[in-house]
Amino acid sequence: MHEVLQKFFSPHSFRVALPDVWMGFQLNLKLMVVAEILVLVLALAIAVVRGLPGRGSAPFRALAIVYTDVFRGTPLILVAFLVGFGLPGLNIHLISTQSNFVYGVIALTLVYTAYVTEVYRAGIESVHPSQRMAARSLGLSHWQSMRYVVIPQAVRRVIPPLLNDFVGLQKDTALVTVIGVAEAAQQAQQFSQNNYNFTSYIVAAVFFILLTIPLARFTDHLILMRERRESAHAT
Amino acid sequence: MTFVSLRNVSKSFAENRVLHDVDLTVDEHNVVCLIGASGSGKSTLLRCLNLLERVDEGEIVIDGQTITNGSVDVNALRRKIGIVFQAYNLFPHMSVLDNVMLAPTKVNGVSRSEARSRARELLGRIGLADKADEFPDRLSGGQQQRVAIVRALAMEPKLMLLDEITSALDPQLVSEVLALVRELAETGMTMILATHEMSFAREVADKVCFLDAGVICEEGVPEQIFTAPQQARTREFLARVIEAGRL
Repeated sequence: MHEVLQKFFSPHSFRVALPDVWMGFQLNLKLMVVAEILVLVLALAIAVVRGLPGRGSAPFRALAIVYTDVFRGTPLILVAFLVGFGLPGLNIHLISTQSNFVYGVIALTLVYTAYVTEVYRAGIESVHPSQRMAARSLGLSHWQSMRYVVIPQAVRRVIPPLLNDFVGLQKDTALVTVIGVAEAAQQAQQFSQNNYNFTSYIVAAVFFILLTIPLARFTDHLILMRERRESAHAT
Repeated sequence: MTFVSLRNVSKSFAENRVLHDVDLTVDEHNVVCLIGASGSGKSTLLRCLNLLERVDEGEIVIDGQTITNGSVDVNALRRKIGIVFQAYNLFPHMSVLDNVMLAPTKVNGVSRSEARSRARELLGRIGLADKADEFPDRLSGGQQQRVAIVRALAMEPKLMLLDEITSALDPQLVSEVLALVRELAETGMTMILATHEMSFAREVADKVCFLDAGVICEEGVPEQIFTAPQQARTREFLARVIEAGRL
């Protein structure tokens, strides 16, 4: 028992590991913020492309479907390898000379955009067709109807599942350690190897947990607010 | 002067023929009421007029423009045709005022301040000025439907299509909506209504068309349709309506 406490929960190691892991965790925060912003924008664009009407846009719709299928199906760790080791190996100007941080952002964005596209799409489809019809019959174009009527309603509805995906993204920033980004998990691993003590992993875990709890509570709060609003509608 | 004319218009959904060889003319400043059982094709006819549905055969001319030949600018056409639906279809994420301002600002390019004062004026006219900043779900059904009418009017349409706009309302809310439609008729708005309100049709219509199974079975001035219908099917339909206490 004492052994377990000493190896995993040593207060001394906790204090010693804390600065390094915190330094690494700041990188996780950066990865997360940059990737989340990119994901929010790109996923919405792809969801809109998937909903384009008409035969002329069929190739674009098909591309969007292929993209989401491929990147939802591929494990993030494989995408990270492909991007982080593959792109530098190509020896192409700009594409092959980025930092590991950039490759990490690219891998996270590629995978999570595919997830979030589906979330947006569900939201867009949940807006009743009569809303689009009302907008179109006022003379708004397809794009204007999406921009002013459908997307604002869709986004409001999908905020809780969206935040849920972001909890996943926050945790998965630790996976890009495999391409050599010196983030929290890697700092923790280094400390652990040098000191033969696993407390540093607990330190990293605590950081991640502290980050996700507020987001999870906020999501719960949003869901509760919506349920209240909807039950008020029903009466 | 003829404002709307339909010639030999047919429309099917899969195997189901909803409109069959419909001929109809509507003169400018006239009110035409379409009556008939649910599923007789009234709504589909209205929706063909602003190209929410495309006709399979036949020709529709509105304001001198043939709209059924494929090359028509759909958005431009819809700018001059207002349509109001049974389910109001207000935009729930926007205030009443924004609902009314959206199309004038985004489609017609009217400045926000001008659109706002015009929207407030229209809402004032229907007694809902104090609701301008509310969201639609705070309004009664009758109020929502009147806002929907005003939202269409804000585009200054030349033709209004009203698709059973009182069918979803509680009985005590119907009259406030009909009063607004009556007012609109008095201003000379050209209107086509699909309706189950027979006494209202009799009062405001210049012409009443009875649809049955996608065919205009009988048309004429209200007095003739309601007091001396020529067709057996019209008589049957009106007998059922009277039985239900709606005339």
